[in-house]
Amino acid sequence: MSKQINVALIGNPNTGKTSVFNALTGLNQKVGNYPGITVEKKEGVCKLPRGVKAHIIDLPGTYSLNASSLDENVVIELLLNKNDKDFPDVAVVVSDVENLKRNLLLFTQIKDLEIPTILVINMSDRMDYKGISLDIDYLEQQLETKIALISTRKNKGIANLKELITNFKELSVKPCMNASSIDKTYFNNLRKAFPNQLLYKLWLVITQDVNFGKTDRKTIDAVSDFKTKSKADLKRLQQKETIKRYQFINETLKKGQTIDLKAAKDLRIKLDRILTHKVWGYLIFAIILLTIFQAIYDWSSVPMDFIDSTFASFSEWTKTVLPEGAFTNLIAEGIIPGLGGIVIFIPQIAFLFLFISILEESGYMSRVVFLMDRIMRRFGLSGKSVVPLISGTACAIPAIMATRNIESWKERLITILVTPFTTCSARLPVYLIIIALVIPEGRIFGLSYQALTLMLLYLIGFGAAVGSAWILHKVLKIRSKTFFVVEMPNYKLPLLKNVGLTVLEKTKAFVFGAGKIILAISIVLWFLASYGPGDNFNNAESIVTEQYATKDLSKEEFQQKLASHKLEHSFIGIAGHAIEPVIRPLGYDWKIGIAIVSSFAAREVFVGTLATIYSVGSDEEETIKNRMAGEVNPILGGPLFNFASGISLLLFYAFAMQCMSTLAIVKRETNSWKWPMYQLFIMSSFAYIVALIAFQTLK
Amino acid sequence: MTLADLKRGQQGVITDVSSIHIPLKLLEMGCLPGNSVELVQVAPFADPMYLNINGSHLAIRKETAIHILIETVDE
Repeated sequence: MSKQINVALIGNPNTGKTSVFNALTGLNQKVGNYPGITVEKKEGVCKLPRGVKAHIIDLPGTYSLNASSLDENVVIELLLNKNDKDFPDVAVVVSDVENLKRNLLLFTQIKDLEIPTILVINMSDRMDYKGISLDIDYLEQQLETKIALISTRKNKGIANLKELITNFKELSVKPCMNASSIDKTYFNNLRKAFPNQLLYKLWLVITQDVNFGKTDRKTIDAVSDFKTKSKADLKRLQQKETIKRYQFINETLKKGQTIDLKAAKDLRIKLDRILTHKVWGYLIFAIILLTIFQAIYDWSSVPMDFIDSTFASFSEWTKTVLPEGAFTNLIAEGIIPGLGGIVIFIPQIAFLFLFISILEESGYMSRVVFLMDRIMRRFGLSGKSVVPLISGTACAIPAIMATRNIESWKERLITILVTPFTTCSARLPVYLIIIALVIPEGRIFGLSYQALTLMLLYLIGFGAAVGSAWILHKVLKIRSKTFFVVEMPNYKLPLLKNVGLTVLEKTKAFVFGAGKIILAISIVLWFLASYGPGDNFNNAESIVTEQYATKDLSKEEFQQKLASHKLEHSFIGIAGHAIEPVIRPLGYDWKIGIAIVSSFAAREVFVGTLATIYSVGSDEEETIKNRMAGEVNPILGGPLFNFASGISLLLFYAFAMQCMSTLAIVKRETNSWKWPMYQLFIMSSFAYIVALIAFQTLK
Repeated sequence: MTLADLKRGQQGVITDVSSIHIPLKLLEMGCLPGNSVELVQVAPFADPMYLNINGSHLAIRKETAIHILIETVDE
């Protein structure tokens, strides 16, 4: 087997780097994490000409090799560590033809590392439109590289890029400029002190904390005859370096690129005039949000009902096909309903990720950041907090990771702490089933009451996030430099392939990630619900027979009484009864109590748990919803899930911090258990109080 | 005058950047002496400011803009 070529895709954000990655790898890609950190690692395999294969790694977007975040640091760590198994044989720097000037800054830095480098100039289809023409030969010569002019949108130039990667050995490893001339004496001393090391590598290590090989920053500091500079001096030198690089780039592009401004048409100006307008901008944003929620609710109800009933009949079918016994019961009453509880929300998650990725891909999300910054700042947040708060409606975990580009630590911490209030997709199944049970059908202004309730819950979540941010802003005494810069990318029609792959990837990650927990919990719950201690459980049959000896019960009725007696005296029944005093004031019975307790692992377990509890001992084919609707409140009479208890449950789930994965991520991102523990206790107690007030007022 | 004094649609050239207040990242995005700058759009209360610096489109807050000195270009 021939060795695979290691290829690293590097580039500024918004250059279409991921499109290039998708064009090269197609479905042969996987997303994981870098060991020990939560930065997403995307890698894939690409077939090259002449039977060669390439291992492609899509590095996080970065503006330069001077890292200011964990994500950017990944790029430098890899490029400086020759022993890393992913160290690239060839670096592919992706740039956007409209932002070539800025994109080339990173390129000149990579060239200084003396790695074979290909320059991809993407979005070449926009050149005519913007009146840009390029002298490729001249640029290749000046930049000491090979250029692939491509358009991922029009699928042009990909074959040429693959050809260049295959022939990577022919690429030049000479730097295209000399950055060390900014301070000759300093760099000469550095060279003398470490003659075996690459000069630019040393410079990068000195200016930031990067681990590589044996020469780390401390050894440089320790060398006695080599005096390192003060922090302020280093920063000034970095500025000089940046200016120097831009000088080189400006000169190169003066000859290598011509822009005919007369030929340029600008859709951006026209769109921005409306989309970032003081009035229209906000109005359009509100309409977009409203449309998304209505769509998620309306479009996914059909597949969801279908999935619900399919799983109910599937469970029934297994019982008739498999031989009777504990194992069959485990499958039919534990595993299948548990799985149904997760599969049912695939449609909604897919739709949510679809909309979010369209907003991101089109460039609209940056406009929202721009519009919202001033407003969010009043609450101690940043305009950039809007992105986590919106993607928090899908899942708090990626949302909390998305806070990394918030420059101010205080704004970032507050965003991390309040994001779990936003209505994540794990709350959806709980909301949907309860709304279906307690909110009447019917419409007002073409919007259904049920959709409006859902919308209201989203608003409550958002309001809780913003409100608590305001409190934290006043309470937290953290002084940190506030600083804000956001790129406003060009508007782009989202590429179907990119959107499709994102939706597929995120849905898959969600289903398998959450699926494992849910499956494990439903199996455990089934055991706890099917077995119990003592005589009360083991002699259930004789006890029930005795109890109802005077009454003439049909066989069916008897079975039902027996099942509910058994459940009540099973392990789970005993545990449920133990916590009942705590939850009764909220209008819940012990079964809901069990569902809530197991929800502290992950909220979406709620529906699955109820499905499992209600399935145990039942022989009829019924959907989860119908079973829940049939439950009777043991004390007050009437349906257990009525308006008061329903609202109380909805509010409890809106505020409570019930997600172990989120707590783990918050711990990682804040580097302390203090913040996740605050979240757990404060959010959950608040949820309890609100639910209590709601039920006691409404009952 | 500083960048914060620029009116919508007005153009200028950056003359000096107060290095203590301006992070490297902004410089890397093209906010350097000698580069042209245009105010494309402002949010309510003129903050943040949506700029075109040297062909790069980006938004910064007013509190950052006051540390960037410019000269206007009259056309």
